[in-house]
Amino acid sequence: MERVAETMTDEQIAQLVIETDTAPATAALSLRCAGAWIVQEIAQLERRLEALSMPGDGNVVIDGSAISALDTSGAWLLHRIIRKLEQRGRSVEINGLRPEFSALLQLVASSATAPENPLPPAPSLLARIGRHSWRHLLELSGMLSFIGECAIILLHSLARPHRIRWRPVLHNLQTAGFEALPITGLLSFLMGVVIAYQGADQLQRFGANVFIADLVGLTMLRELSPLLTAIIVAGRSGSAYAAQIGTMKITEEIDALRTIGVRPQELLVLPKMLALIIALPLLTVYTDATGVLGGMIMARAKLGVSFDVFLDRLGDAVSLSSFLTGICKAPVFAAIIALVGCHQGFQVTDSADSVGRQTTVSVVQSIFLVIVADALFSIAFNWLKI
Amino acid sequence: MEQTQDAGAVVDIRGLNTRFGRNVVHDNVSLSVHPGEIFALVGSSGCGKSTLLRTIIMLLQPVSGSIRVFGQEVVGLRDEEALPLRRRWGVMFERGALFSSLTVAENVGMVLREHTQLSARLVAEVATMKIALTGLPADAGAKYPSELSGGMRKRAALARAIALDPELLFLDEPTAGLDPLSASGIDELVRSLRDALGLTIMMVTHDLDLLWRAADRVAVLGEGHILGIGTMTELSRSDHPIIREYFYGPRGRAAREQAWKKK
Repeated sequence: MERVAETMTDEQIAQLVIETDTAPATAALSLRCAGAWIVQEIAQLERRLEALSMPGDGNVVIDGSAISALDTSGAWLLHRIIRKLEQRGRSVEINGLRPEFSALLQLVASSATAPENPLPPAPSLLARIGRHSWRHLLELSGMLSFIGECAIILLHSLARPHRIRWRPVLHNLQTAGFEALPITGLLSFLMGVVIAYQGADQLQRFGANVFIADLVGLTMLRELSPLLTAIIVAGRSGSAYAAQIGTMKITEEIDALRTIGVRPQELLVLPKMLALIIALPLLTVYTDATGVLGGMIMARAKLGVSFDVFLDRLGDAVSLSSFLTGICKAPVFAAIIALVGCHQGFQVTDSADSVGRQTTVSVVQSIFLVIVADALFSIAFNWLKI
Repeated sequence: MEQTQDAGAVVDIRGLNTRFGRNVVHDNVSLSVHPGEIFALVGSSGCGKSTLLRTIIMLLQPVSGSIRVFGQEVVGLRDEEALPLRRRWGVMFERGALFSSLTVAENVGMVLREHTQLSARLVAEVATMKIALTGLPADAGAKYPSELSGGMRKRAALARAIALDPELLFLDEPTAGLDPLSASGIDELVRSLRDALGLTIMMVTHDLDLLWRAADRVAVLGEGHILGIGTMTELSRSDHPIIREYFYGPRGRAAREQAWKKK
């Protein structure tokens, strides 16, 4: 067809010329359309149309003989002009339009639908706060029932350990645990270095160089290394859980699991949770070691405390209970990360946007809850005088 | 097969070879699509129909050969050079590929906003008009793709494909996964769009009814070659075993008989 062969030049942009008829008796207005009325070329014309007034109130004659090309968007614009004139009670006559163009105009006019309903007014501030709170309450109750479901399935599985899917557990152990070794180790090492570096000045002032072992040992083992590891794992694995389950939800894989008779929590949540509960304490022991190593190296460099002296002092300073208070938080953190990540995955609705949103929420929420849990642990240990 | 370029063709493929690793998908494939025709690519599953379509629209690179669209070579074309070309064609993907975070009207409007300077109001109006053109109800524009049924999603995808009034439309399995009623709606839609807008349509399909009712010419792809090319009537007289099997299988026969009855 000819549209294919035509190339568009600047002279061919859509044009509309208004001519007032000289004979006052007819009082007719003549509109001459010219150029290519196609989607790429009508932008200018459309902008000028807004400001254009159509003088007179008699008949309007539209001359379309100079239109070189017309597509549906151009036809729509023409249709809009005609409709506007007709709404003002003027009769419109179209001349000279090529037959295929008038067919297109007909088609566009016939598909014209009633203007869309105006958007409902924006809710008031109070209504917005109310809706927001209600949504958060629903989310909270959803989270609680999710934890409940998972707990029931966990108990079922523990009663029949042969039903636990060990292969995904092992796979998750590798991805969430083993593969996290380099990054958690490095960061904890650096953290040890930083603490020793910061403490060195103060201790040197009192000539208490050897107490660097107390400082590094206690802060790393009791607080920092479990927290740091949990935060890294929340960012690494919690987000992955949310994205994986969310995508599976969009592709209806979760529904497929249900129809096969497999509870999605059993296949997707439980192995992740078990694996993380095993992996996180182990990772914490490892980051304890790398963190202390970092502090030890810094102590020798900055304070001249040799490794032997440092390790001697460390044995005295850090009791078994200090080590265990750090380690016993890890499984709790692991459960939080796995549950929040998976729950947010299940919250994904049908859009790609939603996967991104829930993944973000999962990381923010799990880090938040891990820190809250850590604070609760501190209070509890303080009561128990550990 | 002749290797000369067909100057008037909208899509002109010469000596195309495509390979995935050691797996040869197309071996010296040549065909041309003429202006204003509805051209269909058929063949058994996995014979490389969709691959050919994706190669033409520059999502895949062939190993060798030439593909000309509107007379311009697209093999090895850079992205910025391809932009004017991409504006002149519309693509409808097999599963719709509508943007899930946008409503149907926004999906259509996005293409217009991206490529034209039309005002927001005109964009909204044109999008509504395109959605109506594809036969969707008026309230469909405000819905998200996930709220639509399969057939409606196809129509919405078609509305997006014709947003810029392309001269060439690629349809990948326009009727796959639809109930017979929706599928025959799509048949008519494809034909009426071609007649009303003067489009050239190239489609990949398995749907024999659609072939009989809408396609002007059909190419049968198999074993990496074009096994036959021509109108449905011509192809149904072919004595190539694979083509015969394709058209004279139980489903093929029923569709053909129905087509005869209609005539």
